[in-house]
Parts: sequence; C-alpha cells; structure tokens
Amino acid sequence: MRRYTARTFGLELVMLATTLVVAFPLYILVNLSVRSRSSTQSILTPTTDPTFENYRTAWEDAGLGRALLNSTFVTVLSVAIVVVFGSLAAYTLARVTRAWSKVTFVVVMVGLLLPFQLGMLPLYSTIRDLGLLGSLWSLVLFYAGLQMPFAIFLYTGFMRALPSDYEEAAMLDGCSPIRAFGQVVFPLLRAITGTVIILNAVFIWNDFLTPLLYLSGTETATMPLAVSTFVAQYSSNFNVVFAGLLIGMVPVLVVYFAMQRHIIKGFSGGLKA
Amino acid sequence: MTQPLPASTPRVTGDPGTRGATGSPPAQGPGGQKRTRRRRRGLTGSRAPWWFLLPALSIYVFVVIVPSLRGSVLAFTDWNGLTPDWNWVGFENFARIWETEIARDAVVRTVVIAVAVTVVQNGIGLLLALGVNTRIKSRNLLRVFLFAPAVLTPLVVAYLWRNLLAPTGAVNALLDAVGLDSWQRAWLGDSDTAMWMIVGIVVWQFAGYSMVIFLAGLQGIPEEIYEAAELDGARSVRRFFSIELPLLAPAVTINLMLSIIGGIKLFDQVYATTGGGPANSTETLSTLIYRYAFNSGQFSFAIAMAVVLTILVSVFAFAQYAVLRRGERRAS
Repeated sequence: MRRYTARTFGLELVMLATTLVVAFPLYILVNLSVRSRSSTQSILTPTTDPTFENYRTAWEDAGLGRALLNSTFVTVLSVAIVVVFGSLAAYTLARVTRAWSKVTFVVVMVGLLLPFQLGMLPLYSTIRDLGLLGSLWSLVLFYAGLQMPFAIFLYTGFMRALPSDYEEAAMLDGCSPIRAFGQVVFPLLRAITGTVIILNAVFIWNDFLTPLLYLSGTETATMPLAVSTFVAQYSSNFNVVFAGLLIGMVPVLVVYFAMQRHIIKGFSGGLKA
Repeated sequence: MTQPLPASTPRVTGDPGTRGATGSPPAQGPGGQKRTRRRRRGLTGSRAPWWFLLPALSIYVFVVIVPSLRGSVLAFTDWNGLTPDWNWVGFENFARIWETEIARDAVVRTVVIAVAVTVVQNGIGLLLALGVNTRIKSRNLLRVFLFAPAVLTPLVVAYLWRNLLAPTGAVNALLDAVGLDSWQRAWLGDSDTAMWMIVGIVVWQFAGYSMVIFLAGLQGIPEEIYEAAELDGARSVRRFFSIELPLLAPAVTINLMLSIIGGIKLFDQVYATTGGGPANSTETLSTLIYRYAFNSGQFSFAIAMAVVLTILVSVFAFAQYAVLRRGERRAS
C-alpha cells in the first residue's frame, strides 16, 4: 500500500544522517583510543598511524580482566536467583486467588515503586555489620532482592494468561507441585524468562552506585567500578581513558549485536502492551 | 508481533494497588465451570503451595522492605550510621533540607532534570520511531544502531561525554571546524550549561530506548486503519494526531514513567561528569544523599533526603498514572 517514493528516499537520508550524528561520539571514542598521546592530529580526523598501545596500558593497569569476571559472576548469579525464585513465587501468586495471595502481590508490587535510595543507607549499615562489605555476595543478595518485584510482576502477568490444564494433568498423574512447576510450567515461560533475563542482566551489569557503596576501597571491583577507578587515575590521558572505556563497552556491545533481536524485543515486549 | 503480556499490563505499573484490589481477571474466568474446578482443587490441596513464595519473599523483605521501613523511621532521628543508638528529632532533618540551600536547590533541580529529560527524550524518541516506522530500507539497521547506546553502561557513557565536552574536547573542536568557535566553552565547567549537558547525555543514551517502545506501539496499529485513513484522504499530520498518537497511549505511559523515575534517581551521570559541581550547580538528590552519608557521615539527614526522593517518585508516578489513564480510556 505505502510505496517507496522520493519522499521516502528523502526521509531515509534524514534518518541516516541522524544516526551518524548519534554515532559521532563513538567515532571519536574509537578514533582517539588508537592514537598515540604525542600525536598532533586534529581530534576529528581519522588517526593515520593507529596503535594498540593504549589498550595494553588500559588492560594491564585497570585490572579490567578481573573486573570482567566479577561482573559476570554477579550478573549470572543474581539473574539466576531472580528467575528461579521469582517465577516460583509468581506461580503461587498467579494461581492462588485467596486473600493472602492478593495481599502478598500488592506488597511485592510496592517494591516496583520504592526507589532503592530509601533503604540504601540502612541496608548498607546492615551489610557492613554483617562483614559483607567488599564481598560480591553482598551485591548478589542486593540485586536479587531489588529486582524480584519486577520479575514477579512480569511472571505473574504472563502466568495469569496461561491455561492451567497442563500442570493439572501432570498433578493428576501424581506429579508433586515442585516437579509440575519445574517440568511443565517453567518451560512454558520461555518467552517471558527471556525478557526477565535481558532486562535484569543489562541493569545489573551496568549498575554503578551499589558497587560503589559495597566494594569501593577494597580489592574487588565490578566493571563500572574498575572503569571509574581507572579514569580517576589517568584523567589527564584522553587516549588511554578512551581505550579503557572502549574495553568496558565491548562485552556489552558484543552480546547486544549478537542478540539484538531478542534484546530489543525484551525491552519493548516486556514493558509494552 | 507476539506480545506475551495481557493488554492491560503496562497500566498496572503505576498503581499496583488497584490491580491487587480488583483481583486477577484471567483467573476468575467466565461461568461457573472453572469455579467448581477450583473448589475441587481446594479439597485435594492447593496446587501452588504457599511456600513457593518463601525464597523470593525472604530476599525481598530483607533487601527492600525492612531497610525501607527502617529508612522511613530513621529519617526522623539523629542516627549517624555507625553506632546503633539514636534519638528522635521529629521533622528537624526535613526542616534542614528546606533551610540548606544546596539541598533545597537539589530538590528543585532533580525535578527540573527529570522533566527536561522526559520531554526531550520522548520527543526525540517519538520522532525517531515515526521515521523508522516507514518504508525506508534501512529501518532495521537504524533501529539496532539507535537503540545500542541504551545498553551501554551509563557511567562509561558519561565518562566518554566528559571528555568530549572538555575544553579541548571533540565538541569544541567540531564547533571550531564549522566556524562557530565563539560558541566554544567549558561545557561542564560552566554552571550555566553543566546541568543541560547532563540532560543531553541522558537523552543521547536513552532516546533510542523510548524509540523502541514507541515503535512497538506503532507496529501494533493494524495496517487497515492506515488504509482507511488514506481512503478518507488523511494526510500524514492528520494521521499522526488522529490515529497514531491516541493508539500510542500505552507506550506513552510506560515511556514517561520510565524516564521520569530514571530522571529523579539520576546519579551515575552526575558523579562521572561534574561530581555535583561547578559550585553545586549539578547536585541532584541522589548525589547529595551519597555525599552527606559517605563524605560527612550525616546518615539521618541523607535518609531524610531519600524520603523526599521517594515522595517525588510516588507523586510523579501517581499523577502520570491518573492523567494518562484517563487519556488511554478516552482513546479506547
């Protein structure tokens, strides 16, 4: 019905130009990260004699390898806890229509609205008194609790629309509730589990304030925290800083471009009507 | 495009209470057949045991509920965060927020930033979505590239922009190259511009996010409606206001909610670019909470600010929910 006209072509050019403007900072980032500090070239022109020296300095001095492992550990574990326990809780909330179930659901949904800043300092003092500062486990615990309401919200909405025939059949056959959930219900949740994983993983991987509270001043760091320490250390050397920032971005970008279809769908599908 | 959630889902975000109070529509079902089945289930023992809730709830209560309740109480004390003992001080901390210029300014600034981010980010996001949702050949490519910044670490993005906006950075170099060298300035070191640069950084990163949500809304509009509009001779402007905008109401709701709450909580971008300066001109509630708690050990004062932040989030969420809900109902 709607054809490709001269106006469409004009729009195409405008959109491409817009994208180039949006991409400009990334061009500068790459361009300067491969340039030696002594270069006198203009910032804007492509580097003529690229070097990877900055990347070596950044990688070796910032401890980014270690931070990468830490961030992976925290993200994978927190997301796993949120997915398993969140879906399990949502199952009961979606299937049981008694008053206690409804009240619990409301209490959980309050967590969607509460900004974490409200409990941030009391929780910090608890974590400190438990001697968990500097431990990655404190982060895992925090993210698991913080993200639980959102996961339960998504799972409950999804499960309410899911017919209960399968699990009933399984339980008539003598399946225990936990087995019926694990083997019958959970596999049916694949679509929404994808959304939960993507949204939580991006949030947890990128979070900075929590590691800043729980880990700063210790040997342990996540990716954003390591980048921040590193930037402070090299603040006068643009080129090395840019190489470090780029190293910090690469894992996220690789995963994004490998799974962009699912990720974009997760961001729009999970939140949209 | 398959949407996993029931259509009413996004409307619930702002007001979980209503949903809980009105119960769970899908489970109730029509007619009595399901009801008898449920009663039978009740006799044979509930299929979904209550203890399925235990692991999730105990983590959630420990991390969110208990600390939030403690926070709401401790805001009215003189707790220093280190010793367990404290005294009631009533509304003294809140009065101090009002009397302390930095804190009072930060409250106002936090709202201004959140509103500015919301307006600009969604305006640009909507334009991008309308542009991408056409017959142009590069639409899939553009969608992927325009969304990409949204998955990057905000802190890393902010450090990148700090360097681009530095006096000898790329932005000034670009202005020089196009002959606008008189516009050059220390963008983040100037209290007239620093805050707006931070708004710009957030918008640069998340406009693509808004776009993707608007786009999902636009793609949910059936082609027949466009065809009918075309037969009726509706031009694109008319088409936008009469068809697309009303049908986008759910996407607008979720977008505004996300950006305003994100804006109110803003921390990373300020921490990385200006640290609250110059002359406190970019302090937000979140950066001040951090500063008062960890640089000067005034825990209860910082917690009082967190209470103010919580109130702001709730007020905006409910106001937006009320206004937009009405808009959605009118549209449907």
